[in-house]
Amino acid sequence: MPHIALPEQLPGISSAFAFRPETARPMRELAHILLHEPNSLSPGERELIATYVSSLNDCYFCQTSHGAAAACHLGGIETVKQVHVDFQQAPISEKLKRLLVIVGQVQRGGKSVTSAAVDAAREQGATDVEIHDTVLIAAAFCMYNRYVDGLATWQPRDETIYAQMGAHLAREGYTTPSIRPHRDS
Amino acid sequence: MPHINFPEGLQGIRAAMAFRPETAKPLNELAEVLLHAPNSLTPGERELIATYVSSQNDCYFCQTVHGAIAAAHLNGDEALVKCVKADFWSAEISGKLKALLVIAGKVQQGGKHVTTADVEAARRVGATDIEIHDTVLVAAAFCMYNRYVGGLDTWQPHDEELYRQRGKKTAKEGYITMSQEYLPRESPN
Repeated sequence: MPHIALPEQLPGISSAFAFRPETARPMRELAHILLHEPNSLSPGERELIATYVSSLNDCYFCQTSHGAAAACHLGGIETVKQVHVDFQQAPISEKLKRLLVIVGQVQRGGKSVTSAAVDAAREQGATDVEIHDTVLIAAAFCMYNRYVDGLATWQPRDETIYAQMGAHLAREGYTTPSIRPHRDS
Repeated sequence: MPHINFPEGLQGIRAAMAFRPETAKPLNELAEVLLHAPNSLTPGERELIATYVSSQNDCYFCQTVHGAIAAAHLNGDEALVKCVKADFWSAEISGKLKALLVIAGKVQQGGKHVTTADVEAARRVGATDIEIHDTVLVAAAFCMYNRYVGGLDTWQPHDEELYRQRGKKTAKEGYITMSQEYLPRESPN
């Protein structure tokens, strides 16, 4: 049960967003810019970064919904699963692998990021904006994940809900709700 | 040296925000709502939560600037801010804020660390749902801001007077107004 009286029948962060629309608005906008707007990193790559850091933070709702969004962008869930198990073996670019190393460091703490990791990403063509956005996506999901779990939000174990949310996120982005309350109307 | 090429002369998060104004906008708006907008928790209390989490995350820039903002809200009481960072149980703050700082500390470790008992303890000393929500989100948001500032290895000069002056100004003006000091001016459309 959630720690506070969140609106019912909304899963994960959707319930917290509905509870506090004032903070939801900039949080949605941040996710939209980082994950959905045009960028030299593809939306699929950025959703993989979000999914990976959410799995390191053990946040079921975020890793499953963003994994579903990544799968929509990438045309299947296989790569998402391989990144989860061992990204070094996944069929993704060497640049993305090196960015994921930085992501893992940010997840442990900002000071964990090494110059060597940044240089290694740069050697594979990562630009300053890409390195910046990678660090900020990883940092932002250290917020979203803690928000979702710190309030003990309802996180149903029903994959069809996440597939539906992922499809909406991949298509529309983050400025509008990805799910409506589950009631017949 | 910062990991990427920032505009020169800007400290901490300001450099990162000036580098990427698109993300700076919602980042400042979130800080404004959480820390500066009217709330049943005072601005001083909310800044103490931000400062405490930033010190747990060992982020010099954030704990120093938010500590200075907190002190500015609390009649310049820098000793109180230091006490909250070192051992908030012995600080002269309300029992409610102590209970909320327990929750903030749990969020810093990870969302799942927050227990029903922690939340009930805060409620017993008068915390409302929105205060518990905002405490969790302030703590979570500073787990982001701290990693953003540290993860890019921003320039963080150790100059207490600089932070003290900025703290006074930010306490008065808020985050969106202050961002005009370092963000590129929006071009008129």
